[in-house]
Order: sequence, then C-alpha cells, then structure tokens
Amino acid sequence: MSLLLILTIVLPLLASLLIMAGADPRRTSLGAATVNLAASLVLFLGYDRVTGGWQFVSEWKILPKLGINMTLGADGLTLVMILLATLVTVSALWVAPKVEKYNGLYHVSLLFISAGVIGAFASLDVLFLYSFHELALIPTFLMIGIWGSGDRQAAAWKATIYLGLGSFILLIGLIALYLSIPSGHRTLDLRQLDQLAAAGILQPSALIYLLLLVGFGSLVSLFPFHSWAPGAYACAPAPAAMLHAGVLKKFGLYGLIRIALPLFPEAMQGLNGLLLLLVIGNILYIGYVTVSQKRLDWTIGYSSVMHMGYIFLGLASMNAIGVSGAAILMFAHGLSVAAAFALCGEIRRRTGTLEYSELGGLAKVAPVLGLLFGFAAMASVGLPGFANFAGELLVFFGATAAGPLMIIPVVVGVWGVVISAIYMLRAYRNIFWGPIAQRWETVTDIGSGAKWSVILLLAPLMIAGFYPQFILRMVDASLSR
Amino acid sequence: MHLSTVAWITLLAPLVAAAFILLVTRTNRKAASGLAILSALVAFAGGWVLFLNKAEGVFLGFNWVDFGKDFSIPFALALDPLSRTMLVVVTTISPLVFIYSTGYMKEEEGYWRFFAGLALFLFSMLGIVLADNLVMMFIFWELVGVSSYILIGHYFGKPSAADAAKQAFLVNRIGDFGFMLGILLFWLATGTFEFSGVNQAAGLFQANPTLLALACVLIFCGTVGKSAQFPLHVWLPNSMEGPTPVSSLLHAATMVAAGVYLLARIFPILSASPDASEIVAWTGAITALGAGILATQQDDIKGILAYSTISQLGYMVTGAGLAVSAALPMFHLFTHAFFKCLLFLTAGSVIVAMHHEQDIWKMGGLKNKMPVTFLTYCCGMLALSGCFFFSGHYSKDLIMASAWEHHRGIFWVVVIAAALTPFYMTRQALVVFFGKPRSEHAKHAHESPNVMIIPLILLAIPAVCAGYAPVEHYFFQSVGSLAEPEVPHYVELVFAAAFVIGIAAAALVYGNVEKDPIRIPLLQQRFRIDDFYFWIVRVIQGGFARICSFIDRWFIDGLLVRGSATAVWTVGFALRFLQVGNIQIYALFFGAGVVGLLYLLLTIH
Repeated sequence: MSLLLILTIVLPLLASLLIMAGADPRRTSLGAATVNLAASLVLFLGYDRVTGGWQFVSEWKILPKLGINMTLGADGLTLVMILLATLVTVSALWVAPKVEKYNGLYHVSLLFISAGVIGAFASLDVLFLYSFHELALIPTFLMIGIWGSGDRQAAAWKATIYLGLGSFILLIGLIALYLSIPSGHRTLDLRQLDQLAAAGILQPSALIYLLLLVGFGSLVSLFPFHSWAPGAYACAPAPAAMLHAGVLKKFGLYGLIRIALPLFPEAMQGLNGLLLLLVIGNILYIGYVTVSQKRLDWTIGYSSVMHMGYIFLGLASMNAIGVSGAAILMFAHGLSVAAAFALCGEIRRRTGTLEYSELGGLAKVAPVLGLLFGFAAMASVGLPGFANFAGELLVFFGATAAGPLMIIPVVVGVWGVVISAIYMLRAYRNIFWGPIAQRWETVTDIGSGAKWSVILLLAPLMIAGFYPQFILRMVDASLSR
Repeated sequence: MHLSTVAWITLLAPLVAAAFILLVTRTNRKAASGLAILSALVAFAGGWVLFLNKAEGVFLGFNWVDFGKDFSIPFALALDPLSRTMLVVVTTISPLVFIYSTGYMKEEEGYWRFFAGLALFLFSMLGIVLADNLVMMFIFWELVGVSSYILIGHYFGKPSAADAAKQAFLVNRIGDFGFMLGILLFWLATGTFEFSGVNQAAGLFQANPTLLALACVLIFCGTVGKSAQFPLHVWLPNSMEGPTPVSSLLHAATMVAAGVYLLARIFPILSASPDASEIVAWTGAITALGAGILATQQDDIKGILAYSTISQLGYMVTGAGLAVSAALPMFHLFTHAFFKCLLFLTAGSVIVAMHHEQDIWKMGGLKNKMPVTFLTYCCGMLALSGCFFFSGHYSKDLIMASAWEHHRGIFWVVVIAAALTPFYMTRQALVVFFGKPRSEHAKHAHESPNVMIIPLILLAIPAVCAGYAPVEHYFFQSVGSLAEPEVPHYVELVFAAAFVIGIAAAALVYGNVEKDPIRIPLLQQRFRIDDFYFWIVRVIQGGFARICSFIDRWFIDGLLVRGSATAVWTVGFALRFLQVGNIQIYALFFGAGVVGLLYLLLTIH
C-alpha cells in the first residue's frame, strides 16, 4: 500500500516524461490521472480507521545528521486531500481543450501541479512538504503566463511575486521553527515534532506562529494577503484555475492544520483575536467586494477568497467540531470551485465574454450547462445536500462552542451565507435566466466530455453532503490524535 | 410492514421520483408527470397509514454527523400528533395539485422540470414535517426554499419571474440568518437541538429569560421569512410569477405554513417566554391587518389571493403568539390549507379559461360559463371570509376568542382584518364572476377539463367541512392537549358583524361597475415597502459593496501590493550590480550559497 502512495506522486511525473518523449499528451495524462484517482480511492478505503495515525509510511534517509529525511505517509486528512487532488486532476485534464501553443507542455504543467500537490500532502517531512508545494507553484505561473487570457502577463507576475513572497516568509518561519528546537532534538518530521510539542520540549513562540500564519495565509488568500487571487484566477486557463483554487490553495490550510495547530496551540490561542479579525475581513469585506463584481470569473475568484474565511473560522475555533468542519469545507470548496471554474471556462469558450451586462438567457440554448452551473452555484451558496453546507454548519457549531470571542465572527459568518446567495444567484440570473439576446441564440450546449468532468466533481460533493460521515470519520481518526 | 418503514418510504418516495425524472425521463412528458403523481400517491397512502395507526415515536435513520456522545446530528423522523396532522395536510393536498397540474401545464415548456421541482418540494416539505430536531428542519427548510426558487422561476425567460425567484430565495435567506443563529443559541444554552430537549427550557435559559426570548425571536425570524410576515413579506406576492399550481401548493397551502408549523413545534418553549410571545403575536397581527388592507386594492386575481394568504398566515402567527395552545394556529393552518389551495386552483382554472389573463378587470360574468369553478370558488371564498358553516369560520373564531381573552389590543386589530377579508373576497367574486364580460377572452371562456375540475370538487369538501366540531375537538385534544376555549357570544357577534359589514360594503361599492371606483395609489404601490427595500439594496448595500471594492482595488491592492512590488523592484535594482551576465560567476554565487547554507546548518547542529 505504501508503494501505491508513492505511485500517486511518481505516476504524473512519469506521464510527463512520456509526453515529452512524444506520447499523445491528452491520452497519456488522462490515463495517468485516472489510474491515480483509482489508487487514491483504494488508499482512502484501505486506510485503517480503527488504528488511525500515519499509515503507508516509507522513508529515505537524506541528511540523517540534520534530521532531514524524505518521508511519505498518510492519515485520514491526507487521504481526503489526495482524493480531492486526484478528482480535480482528472476533471481538469478532461475539460482541458486541445491548445494550439505547446499542447504537450500544457499537459505536462498540469501533471506537475498534480504531482507536486499530492507530494506536499503526502510528505511527513516539513522540508519536502514545502518543496513539493513549490514544485506545483511554478507550472501554475507558467500556465497563467502562457495560456492565460486578458492581462495574463501582469496577473502571472503578480501571483509569482506575491506567492513567492508568501512562500519566502513561510520558509523563514519553518527555518525559525527548526532552529527553535533545542539541538539534539532537531527534526523536521511531523510525527517527531508532535511528540516534541507534547513533551513540552518545543518552546511556544508567537513570532514563529505569526510567520507561519502570514506565510501559509498568503498562499490561501487570507485577508489582507488576498489580492493576487481573483486576478490570477480570472486570467488563468480553466484547468489551472481549477487545480490551483481547488487543490493547491488548500496547501496553506493543510500546513496550518499540520504544523501551527498542533505545535503552537498557545500562540494560536493568544493571537486568535487577530486571526478572527482577518476572518471577518475575509467573509464580510471580501463578501461585499464580491457582490460588486461585474464579471463571472472575478465573482468566482473573489468568492473563493471569501469562502476561505469559513475554513479559517473553523481552525480558529480549535476544537474537533470546528476543525473537522474546516476539513470538510476544504474538500467541498475544492470540488465546488473547480466545478465553477470549469463551467466558467465553458461559458467563456462559447460566448467570448463573462460580463453580466452582455450575457443572459443561456439556459434556453444550453440547458445542461445551466443545470450544472445551477448545481455548482447552489453548492457554493451552501445549500444542504452539498458537502459545503455540512462543513459550514460544523464550523458554526465549533465556533459557537469556542467561547464569547467568537460571537461576532459567527454572526458575520452566518450573514456571509446570505452574501454568497446574493452574488451567486445574481450571476445565475444574469447569465442563464432572462430573455436571450439574439447573438447567443446559436450558442451550443455543453459537450459530453466537459459535462461528465463536472459531474465527476459534483457527485462526490453530493455524496459527502448527504452523508458527511464519509469524510468526517476519516478526518476524525487523524485529528483525535 | 413496520410503521418506521412506512415513514421512510413516505419521505423518500418523492425524492426518488425527483431524481429519476432528472436523470432518466427528461424527454418523456408522460413519464415525468406520472412518476411525480405516483410518488405523491405513495406519500398520500403512507401519510394516512401513519395517521390512522397513530404512529408515535422517533425513528432514527443514521447519524448524519457523529462525534461520539459529545456531539451528533441524528437524521431521525419524529411522529407525534402534531407531525401526523401536518403529514395528512401535506400528503392529501399534494396529489390533487399534482394531478391538476397535468391539465394546467399541458401546453407549457419545461414539463419535466416542473414535475421534478414539485417532487423535490414534496420531499423537502415532508422532511420539515417529520424532522426530529432543529438542524434537520433547517436542512429541509432550505430545500423547500430551493424548490420554491426553481418553481417560481419556471418561466425563467421572463425577467419578472427570474427576479421574483431570486428575491424569494434571498428574502428567505435573510430570515434563515436569524433561524440559524437561533439554533446555535439553543444549542449553546441547552446542549441540544432535538425538539424534545429544546422544549424543556433547560440549561442557561432557566436563569436567563432574556436569552430565552432572544433565542425564540431568532428562530421566529425563520418563520417571518418562510411565512412571509412583515417585514419580510415582500417576496410572496411576487412569487405569483410561478405557475398557479405552485402558488396553490407552495405559496398558499403548505410551504408558507411551514413557518407556523415551526412555531407549533417549539410552542412549549415559545409560550414559556412572554416577551417572545408578545413579539410574535404583534408581528402576526400587524401582518394580518396590513396584508388585508393591501388585498383590497390588487387587480391581479392571484395578487389578491397572495395578500390574503399573508393576512391569514398573520392570523396563525398571532394564534401562536397568544401562548394558549399549539392547536390554535394549527387548526387555522389546517382549514386554511384546504380552502386557500382550492381558491388558487379555481383562480388557475379561470386563468386558463382567460388565456393567461390575470387582471380581474378584464374578466366578468364567468359564473355561467364556468359553473363548477364558480361553485367551488364560492366554497373557498366563504370559508376564507369566515362565513358560518364554513371551515374558516371555526378556526378564526377560536383565535379571536383567545385574543379577546388574553390580549384586547390584538383582538381589535384582527377584528378589523376579519372585516377586510369578506370585503376583498366579495370584490373579487363580483368582478370576476358577475356582471358583464369585460374582454373578448371573458366572452369566450369555457369550463376547464375534468383533470382540473375534479381536484376542485375534492378540495371543496374539506374547505366546507374541515372546521366542524369533531375536527376541532381532535385538534385541541391531541395536538394541543387542552380543552378548546369557550367562544363568548360577544366575540361571536362582533365576528358576524365584521363579516356582514365586509360583504355589504363590497356589494355596495362593486355591485355593478366597469372600473374600480376606488383608487388608492399608496395601496397599489404596496405601501411603497418594495420600493424602500429596492432603495436599500441599491443604495445602502450597493454603496457599501462599491466602497469595499474601491478599497480593495486602490488601497489593499494598489498600495500594499504595488507598494511592496516597488520595494522589490528597488532591491532588484540594487542587486542588478551583481548581475554580470556571466554564467560562471552565477555558478560561483550558487555554489557559495549552498556551501554557506550547509555550513550554517552543520555548525548550528
């Protein structure tokens, strides 16, 4: 089984090699991604929840003297995230059109993002966790810069500088963490770090926590480090936006759950007021910024920033209910935002515009596209039946239980559900409903490939929505450590 | 078959039908409506089996969320007199409306979409009825909201319908904002959200009545949204953009009554808080009166009925707020469901005959051309107006008697509303069915097909009889567990006077007129409340959103990001002196860096 875990990282890289050697990019990449999806499902179902903890572990010594090893392994949360990554990868490759410029490189980039993010999730060693993430980030910038639309160069540069800076702060934080451990105990292994924290050897440090929060936070578009996100998503080609907003962005949250939450609970508690202030910024302020958007891609981009607020709220509650809710939301938001970007790309391909003022009535000519977009919109609005609702509900319960400091953030969070409905319903109303302009009467409905790739995202969203225990029991097994 | 199995089949049959219609029979009209009707009949049978067998208890399906014994959200069905009664209302009316719809929607597009929406609605509504805790009720509460959204927006190409659907969803969400906070507060204070536990006023509530009142009022926000009470009533008249069967089933008989059902569900705890009850009672009374006034000046045949629905829901909410018995609002909900459903379906029959003309001033003289529609309409109209011998009289009577007993101020408000009801209904009846036809369509109108008429006849029976003594007795014995209040002769007299005055005034004014002799702009503009909200959304919310957007663009992005980008550029400019364009020098830098880093790590170690 541990070989299977390694396979999920190696397979996309192997497929990339094959494509560079001349294999058919679409077939090769989609084949590898499908096998990966199957492998991640096997791992997901094969995880022993009774035993819990890290499983499928394999280790290679790299600098044993410094406590640096390459260690791969997974627990329940990891497997949920890997399942998310493989699902979105298949979907993204499936909707990816045949591009005219560097078709091979296009697919190789997507595969690298996928391999990098899976590697990051599966790494038990902080150094590799970090490096795999960087591996995934670089092809994202390339994709925006080469195959993007609109002002793609500027968007690519902005994202590169911003995320590079965030990663740099994160790196400083991680090095500081490493150096703060008394020599003799130094390690970057998550398991040993947990033990050190439990044994009280690790000194609580507000500064390191802050570095990690800002570093990880800017990767997740935590307010006010968010302004790279909407533009980058608006310019990125749909598959890249799907993979980044859906999966790669979750890395920052994953890192906080893995490193900050278990190692610096006191610091986190002490600085909770600050985090909650930023959460309010994410939900209320960004929420209203989203309301004033006039294009679909920017609306979805900002909404994905806004919804991060709920996940941070779940983390800030620092109890099992809230953090589990955050984990469900990571999974749910990943799928729903990927579906939204996929459909957004389909609309753009048909009409060449995403301006609300120009669109309208598309449900008449593209009923299936409209239906699927309706599902994605309702998921994003947090309608019961989708996993997003279960996640938000648990976040609210967790936060409510966490004390009086949470009153305002919870009220803001519940109001945020109204805000989401305002902009998503408006988007739906303006694009799909109302009278249809003559120029759109020849628009065709969604093709079967894109249709199924979106269904691939929506189906697990509804399964987890009807039965959240499906995700919850996996997460629970790893958080109750 | 075990009763719990029956309950689960009753709940799930419509969901299965909805999924099947969506996934399989999108192209087949007959199969779509057939499946929906079949599922409604299954629910009908199941509902009555559960009712007649007096099914009792909580049937646990599974734990929807399970954190062990600390926290879990069970997906469970609760059967007790209250839910059984509501179950009968919903499952009896639904199949009739479904069958009627096959006639009404015959010529329409999106046939499968319509029936899938109806089936999804029925599933969600049954979920509300059977929910055993607040969270589950909230889940289905949102799902009826989305089915209502789909059904109001059935003619989505029409801007008014598309806007109405969006508005209905958003206004309900505002109500649900309070509802959700109420659930959280209940959970925080009592550690539970199951109805059995919530109703005990345990935990923090014992010491803190203000907190209890706050929690109840927050939950009541859900009712204000769903049951279209002032100030969130604006969506219901606009929801008439949906097909008439939808208006009948969702926006008159069942879905909008869910808010009242919620109040009955939490009645023990609501009545334990005098402050919350007072707020609830006044909200209902103001709504009953205000909507009654507005109904007198509407020209749309469905618009009149819509405001009348709001007004009657106001009665029910007042009944709950009087803190006497849950039977009070539930009894009026019961009778209202039948006669208002009937009224909407007769209106639908008229609308079809009029080729979708809905302005009553284009109608006239229809009574001879549509005798069955006319007679059944009269049953509904008299029941709504509170005529003696008709169901509405008895349920309204009891609310007024209780108001007289417990709250004189509210009594006089609802008496005025009770005089308005026969006034606007008589106006409608006279203009639509009597006099001379006012348009070509009205001249050539003819009776609707049997598939539409038979449901009308079947609904006319309970519209007349559903308020008689045995039913009343049942409500107060089992739903309310309290003897029904005596109706003083004085109240009886006042009510009768209100009825007569209302009818007489309308007959006097609208006896034989071509145009409306009364024109009150403020009432036709709905007290300008809609305009006021529109202004809030545009100016206040829109302004706030634009300010946020401005800050984001020019301050956060402009200053912070570009500012730091400038800083980076400056550093880069300085570092440019290191860029010598020679690959070996770069390799040297790189090597030196690696060595330095390694040295650093090793020495620290």
